[in-house]
Amino acid sequence: MVRSWIRSAAVLLAVAVLAAGCGGNDDPSGARSPTEIRVFAAASLTAAFNQLGERYTAANGGSKITFNFAGSQALATQIQQGAPADVFASADVPNMDKVKDLVDPPQNFASNRLQIVVEKGNPKGVKGLDDLAGKDLKVVLAAPEVPVGKYAKQILDKAGISIQPVSQEDNVKAVVTKVSLGEADAGIVYATDVTAGGAKIEGVDIPKDQNVTATYPIATVKASKNQPQAQAFVDLVRSPDGQQVLESFGFLPPPTS
Amino acid sequence: MTATARRRGRRAATTKAGAPAWFAVPAALAVGFLAVPLLGLLEETPWRNLAHELTTPLVLEALRLSLVCSLGAVAISVLLGVPLAFMLARVDFPGRNLVRALTTLPMVLPPVVGGVALLLAFGRRGLVGQWLDQAFGITLPFTTTGAILAEAFVAMPFLVITTEAGLRAMDRRFEDAAATLGAGRWLTFRRVTLPLIGPSLGAGAALCWARALGEFGATITFAGNLPGTTQTMPLAVYLALETDLQAAVALSLILLAVSLAVLIVLRDRWFPTA
Repeated sequence: MVRSWIRSAAVLLAVAVLAAGCGGNDDPSGARSPTEIRVFAAASLTAAFNQLGERYTAANGGSKITFNFAGSQALATQIQQGAPADVFASADVPNMDKVKDLVDPPQNFASNRLQIVVEKGNPKGVKGLDDLAGKDLKVVLAAPEVPVGKYAKQILDKAGISIQPVSQEDNVKAVVTKVSLGEADAGIVYATDVTAGGAKIEGVDIPKDQNVTATYPIATVKASKNQPQAQAFVDLVRSPDGQQVLESFGFLPPPTS
Repeated sequence: MTATARRRGRRAATTKAGAPAWFAVPAALAVGFLAVPLLGLLEETPWRNLAHELTTPLVLEALRLSLVCSLGAVAISVLLGVPLAFMLARVDFPGRNLVRALTTLPMVLPPVVGGVALLLAFGRRGLVGQWLDQAFGITLPFTTTGAILAEAFVAMPFLVITTEAGLRAMDRRFEDAAATLGAGRWLTFRRVTLPLIGPSLGAGAALCWARALGEFGATITFAGNLPGTTQTMPLAVYLALETDLQAAVALSLILLAVSLAVLIVLRDRWFPTA
């Protein structure tokens, strides 16, 4: 009997150790390596931030950086619910404002324009926003909760164009995917997503007077256990080097105001 | 550790005793792990304005659409799935095991992968889809029909598997008797087989319906997300979560209630009271 209890205790101990081992990476309270940081970034930043992440790792002796790319609205909710983020980079100011009590003062680091995305060769001959209202055109937008969806709505409202999208996608990359798969004829996305979206798509410019400027703020998260590393990444993004990388992916400098 | 567990298992099987005492601890952990998230949901539920949350146009629209799509998916699954289950259970055709494996694949396939596969098959440029588009001008993505197809794709296996099990377990002498008395195969199937497998078919349909109701990945990938057309409850929950936690929790509560109801209806079948 005693022996069986000891054995039971051993099994339990093994389970506990296993559980602790498995849980390590998900535990925000510090079980993970102190030099790994988590950056929650807007989906539109995917390609540019992946490259910046490599630079960060190279410049910081192999410090790891993990990205969580999604719609900024989803990231803001995740941070509100206590997700272990060290840095938050949003595609708009309102979503940064949503978490303003949880982050250090944000700084704008880039801006973006919007473009109409169409299939390569523009088979439907889309020339501008007016063409999107055409009845036989399948247009996909991002949902109004998503920053790019909100910007698209602003642009269309300003131009007085009302369109009936066939879908409101959850993030900007999903809009690009639907167009590059040929399921949709057109969508409104960031110019940078057209650049990053591959050979199956191309962009149609939206004139400046109709366009809006999307401002990207970045901030370190107050609850972060890795403030110095988080700040180092923010500094890298805002450095001339970082700005050059962003520019190479089609981002514009932050608005000067 | 697995070796120890196996040895223990073998020994337990040879003795008459019940569960080892320490099983209570991991078992309790398992129950807690499964139950606590549900408590969390209940705790966050905005009980006071639940009625208000559940009657917003967005929620009502999603509810209506979810009912239409999930029932549509069940209808497709019954029409196609029952004959398939019958073939699998009764007809020894070549490649039957392969067909059965293929049938159950959507049960284990990540739904998003299913959605991508559906796009590549039934999308505007897909294998079948481009032909549908050219010949009939039918495109399925971004339509309610597309959402129904996505749900049927992931839910039909549940009906097929359950019905096939029912067919295998039933007493075939009744069918033989009907045949002896001169009933044709179709008549026998309608008047004898179908009533006998009724409970299995019902359970399969209920499971299939519950799965269809909860479908998310394949639907958002294949059918997109448009309120009133393809935005079913799980999609509405997901999007609401990003802006309005209360609405998301209220919607989740409905899905939870439906799941519970299905389990209660099926309890005698699956958990016969000892």
